[in-house]
Amino acid sequence: MSAAADTSRPDPVSAAAPASAGGTGGGRRPRWTRGRVAMLLAALVLAATWLLPLAYALATSLKPMGEEVETPLAWIGSSVTFDAYDKVWAAGDLPRWMLNTLYISVMTTLLTVLLCAMAAYGFARTEFRGRKVLYAVVLAGIMVPPQVLMAPLFAEMAALGLVDTYWGVILPQVAVPAMVFILVKFFEGVPRELEEAAFCDGAGRWRVFFTIVLPLSRPVLAAVSIFVFIHTWNNFLWPFLVTTDPNGMTLPVGLVNIQSSYGVRYSQVMASLVMAGLPLLVVFAVFQRQIVRGVAHTGLAGK
Amino acid sequence: MTAPTRTERDATAAHDVPGASAPVPGGTAIRHSRFEHGLMFVAPFLVLYALFLVWPVVLGIKMSLTSDNITGSGGEYVGFDNYAEALSDPDMWEALWQTVWFTLLSTVPLVLLGLVMALLAHGLRFVDWLWRLSWFAPYLLPSGVVGLLWLWIIYPADFGLADQVLAEFGLHPGIGWLTDPQYAMLSIVIATIWWTVGFNFLLYLAALQSIPQHLYEAAELDGASAWQRLWHITLPMLRRTTGVVVILQLLASLKIFDQVYIMTQGGPDGATKTTLLYVFEEGFTGYRIGYASAASYIFFALIVIVSLIHLHLARRTRQESTS
Repeated sequence: MSAAADTSRPDPVSAAAPASAGGTGGGRRPRWTRGRVAMLLAALVLAATWLLPLAYALATSLKPMGEEVETPLAWIGSSVTFDAYDKVWAAGDLPRWMLNTLYISVMTTLLTVLLCAMAAYGFARTEFRGRKVLYAVVLAGIMVPPQVLMAPLFAEMAALGLVDTYWGVILPQVAVPAMVFILVKFFEGVPRELEEAAFCDGAGRWRVFFTIVLPLSRPVLAAVSIFVFIHTWNNFLWPFLVTTDPNGMTLPVGLVNIQSSYGVRYSQVMASLVMAGLPLLVVFAVFQRQIVRGVAHTGLAGK
Repeated sequence: MTAPTRTERDATAAHDVPGASAPVPGGTAIRHSRFEHGLMFVAPFLVLYALFLVWPVVLGIKMSLTSDNITGSGGEYVGFDNYAEALSDPDMWEALWQTVWFTLLSTVPLVLLGLVMALLAHGLRFVDWLWRLSWFAPYLLPSGVVGLLWLWIIYPADFGLADQVLAEFGLHPGIGWLTDPQYAMLSIVIATIWWTVGFNFLLYLAALQSIPQHLYEAAELDGASAWQRLWHITLPMLRRTTGVVVILQLLASLKIFDQVYIMTQGGPDGATKTTLLYVFEEGFTGYRIGYASAASYIFFALIVIVSLIHLHLARRTRQESTS
């Protein structure tokens, strides 16, 4: 850390004004050179561009009805009102869809993480006949995009009578071969000595798995859980195909129909979007670090 | 619950240590329990995997060889007729081309912008939360929010935000963003970039943070300028990440469905009808689920080819890095 600060000193400019180095504070943070100011400006322009659509949705949602389409565009209407939010919330669809999505996402995440972790441990650390072949079959599944299976999977769910049920949405999303792959890679790195010691104490496989291996894997399990949760929360195609009853829809599916129910009342459409987007943004604000790490780790192994 | 297991454990422990019944005390018991439980760990996953992945793959092949209808009627064996029909349908080829076109249009800016954003955020090391929030937060929105939001920005001619911003810069407003075949795909690409670039940004950011600091320190001692460090250290060190990001992006872009379904439903005049939309329309609006299966397997072949290239590249870079 201090070595990094020292090596930046021999630069003739900073040698002439040594005080400026301390001015910016923060050990590794570079000084405000002209290049860095240019970078900051570029980053700010990009950030503003990316935030603009969100700000526009928010601004529209707070306008009194009828003022959304007035030109020239005004960011704030004649008054700021939460009318649109009240109306959308009172209509009841959005809260119901949120609860559906929450239930489906939590169940899917729990099941996916539990089953994939168990399977990964089985493949990484146990011996049984056919293990290698089965693992190869699972790995081959990474190449199968679920979207390609929409027709046969729908036919299967119809035959099983699972159309328009929660389980019809949940079950096909649970066996994720990529997650098994990520966890196998992780479990292979867990020192065997820890397990051996427990075996010598007479602990069985299950006990070792639940009391030693799982607690050790908390960071990677958190990363996988967050990734699965976000993915399930936002998944569109499968829930869209398998739910026809508006009461059973998830948030992403229900939203698509919202335009037709609110028509040109744009403030209400935008209020719905803001409310629909908010839960995961709040989750992001709270778990920023874990989410960033989770995406970096699980993302690289494939979605 | 705990009491019996504890006594059980004590019992086996007591058994194993003094009683030399087995040639290797303890050893066989451990190996035996391993064999017993191994399959039990894998079984629950395998059941669901077989039911909801392996079986649909097999069923899809079977269905693609029939005239299956979504209502359950039909179902006659027709051999490879569906495949022949799909491969000779100009709409299918048009859809494949729209998919490839979208993939090309979206992948280049998504990868480059992701890289630029990561370089900026990493180089600045200042208000990190702001960059993460503005560039990654859209990735967390459901496709419905993204689609409807962008419709609101571009669709209402004249009073939409997009046209007003363009007018601000003196450009001609009133582009048929979604009604003009020339611009419809571009609009979808813009919405997609805004939505998903944050994912690539984070992948690049993680890669940048793992470049060893001493490389830069050494270069700085040698008097390398910031540009030289970027060209000769940073970008070469990111080569492997770029390979992964490009492939993941290709695979994600090929599978485009949500944005198109929500924003244009494939229009105007099929100008944005991508392959998955074609499959969806044939199977779920046209009820020809057997034909839709065949069409999706042709698309599947395309995906598998890209995945195999990915595997090949991954193996080669791994070999390079180990040798």
